[in-house]
Amino acid sequence: MGRLKTLLIYSASRLCIAPLMLWIISTLVFILLRIAPGDPVDAILGNRADLIAKDALREQLGLNKTLIEQYFIYIINLFHGDLGEALINKEPVVEIIQKALPATIELSLCALIIAGLIGISIGLSGIAKPEGKTDLAGRLYGITTYALPPFWAAMIIQFIFAVYLGWLPIGGRFPPYLVQPEQTGYFILDSLMSRDWVNLQGALRHLILPAITLGILLSGIFSRSLRLNLSKELKAGHIEATRSRGINETRVVLAHALPNSLLPVLTIAGITIASLIGGALLIELTFSWPGIAMRLQEAINQRDYPVVQGIVVVIASLVVLISIVVDIIVACIDPRVQY
Amino acid sequence: MNLSQRLAGCGAFILFVYMGVAILVPLITALGYLPDPNSGLDNPIYAPPSFDHWCGTDRLGRDVCVRTLQASGVALQIVFFAIFLGVLLGVPIGILSGYLGGGLDRCLVLIMDTLYSVPVLLLSVVLAFLLGRGILNAAVALCVVYVPQYFRVVRNQTAQVKSELYIEAAKSMGAGPLWIIRKYLFRNVITSLPVLLTLNAADAVLVLGGLGFLGLGVPESVPEWGSDLHMALSAVPTGIWWTALYPGFAMFGLVLGLSLLGEGLEIFITDRK
Repeated sequence: MGRLKTLLIYSASRLCIAPLMLWIISTLVFILLRIAPGDPVDAILGNRADLIAKDALREQLGLNKTLIEQYFIYIINLFHGDLGEALINKEPVVEIIQKALPATIELSLCALIIAGLIGISIGLSGIAKPEGKTDLAGRLYGITTYALPPFWAAMIIQFIFAVYLGWLPIGGRFPPYLVQPEQTGYFILDSLMSRDWVNLQGALRHLILPAITLGILLSGIFSRSLRLNLSKELKAGHIEATRSRGINETRVVLAHALPNSLLPVLTIAGITIASLIGGALLIELTFSWPGIAMRLQEAINQRDYPVVQGIVVVIASLVVLISIVVDIIVACIDPRVQY
Repeated sequence: MNLSQRLAGCGAFILFVYMGVAILVPLITALGYLPDPNSGLDNPIYAPPSFDHWCGTDRLGRDVCVRTLQASGVALQIVFFAIFLGVLLGVPIGILSGYLGGGLDRCLVLIMDTLYSVPVLLLSVVLAFLLGRGILNAAVALCVVYVPQYFRVVRNQTAQVKSELYIEAAKSMGAGPLWIIRKYLFRNVITSLPVLLTLNAADAVLVLGGLGFLGLGVPESVPEWGSDLHMALSAVPTGIWWTALYPGFAMFGLVLGLSLLGEGLEIFITDRK
């Protein structure tokens, strides 16, 4: 069978699993929300609420129907992209997510770029002299960034650079005295498109601290996986062959070993997305970044079931989809991947 | 002494210190030499570190040092309990799924893979949100995250081992499935767990802190690093650093100790192979 054909079959099979996984996630969330001890109505209104009020809310939430009926309504609504309404202000959950998601994506993408840059340079500097001081420091860096509680690191950075030194704003996403651009929801992109340099500067100043914090926390994963793969790659036969042809070491590493070791790092990046979202969640809260995590926490505090349910289903689905896409991209680039 | 031993030694030492603190501090508090972590009415609020309060006091006048020390016991208990629960659920399901194979196996693998791909924190946030606050609840919310991981490792190992010759031999001598699972598979599979257990414990400390930071997890009366840090967050803009520094540093230390131990064990095991 030709390579293209196997690749297509692989991609198709991965994509076929996606709806199945999304279905499992949404079903799990549904089951969890229903079997959990305690009545959501009690949780929202309190134990001593009026019976009529309770019944009204139960009907509004569709909880007076049988479980099977509820499940089918829920799944059919999901198919139509309807995640219900917030209990607090009747805002459609889809709109809440649409408003909050760009902020999270902007932060995550910037953090991912920073993490990649720092991680790859640390991983590369370690390989120059294996088991040397730089290498050991790089390894320690990897473990340390993993062990740092994200919100604590964020608080310390916030304290030093925003409170003590006063160089950058302490939180938020945009200077309160400027008018927020309202095109795509990505402030950096919007300001660039409208060539509004004042806005761009404001948005960047707010972005720097959270993005660097998240970037540093994630860079450890990149540097570790790159270091591991590079040292494995440098022992391979073709590297030995390039060396014996007298090519200098820098070129051997950069031109021959690095491209091969970057692919596993790409796979790691796919997996990292999941922890990225966990980390972003906590860092958003520390820096009052108005993304999806802030909304999730608000919803948790208000015990707003539909919003919690919607946000969880959407984030989990996004993560699953991204990891599948990364798998397919890696398979496309790398002919060695077995599938 | 090589690198792996040094790493593992460092990690074990740190873990040992935390365990000592976890056991001794409640005892000393019970004897009355240390103030109760929840009593703060007699103290000034937000007092900076001084001789009376080594790490200062928080918004309610509670001693940050005592709370930070007390919380290490809470964290260790919850995390160990969560990991124990995770193993208790994940390992048997994994062995059964790997041993039986077929449709059940495929279904379980798909479900566990899906669970595995959901962000760790998100999964426990949902559970903690549903279960409400409580020490046991927090442990359950954490354990669900790790069940898929043990399942994967154990299931793959079982599927690999079950086609070995000695299992075949045992079968031909009339050993039943339970006997094979108990005598051969379980012992074979369990060896791959220690590294994962330590690394997961490190991760669990962070997730527990994350839950506390989000206002979930343990009840408010129980000192916990994450919820203390959440309380400290609102004080950071006013320049109060001591409520944030110490609990976070304690958490960092415990995670670092567990990661070093796990790292050392991993290098040790791969070297031996």
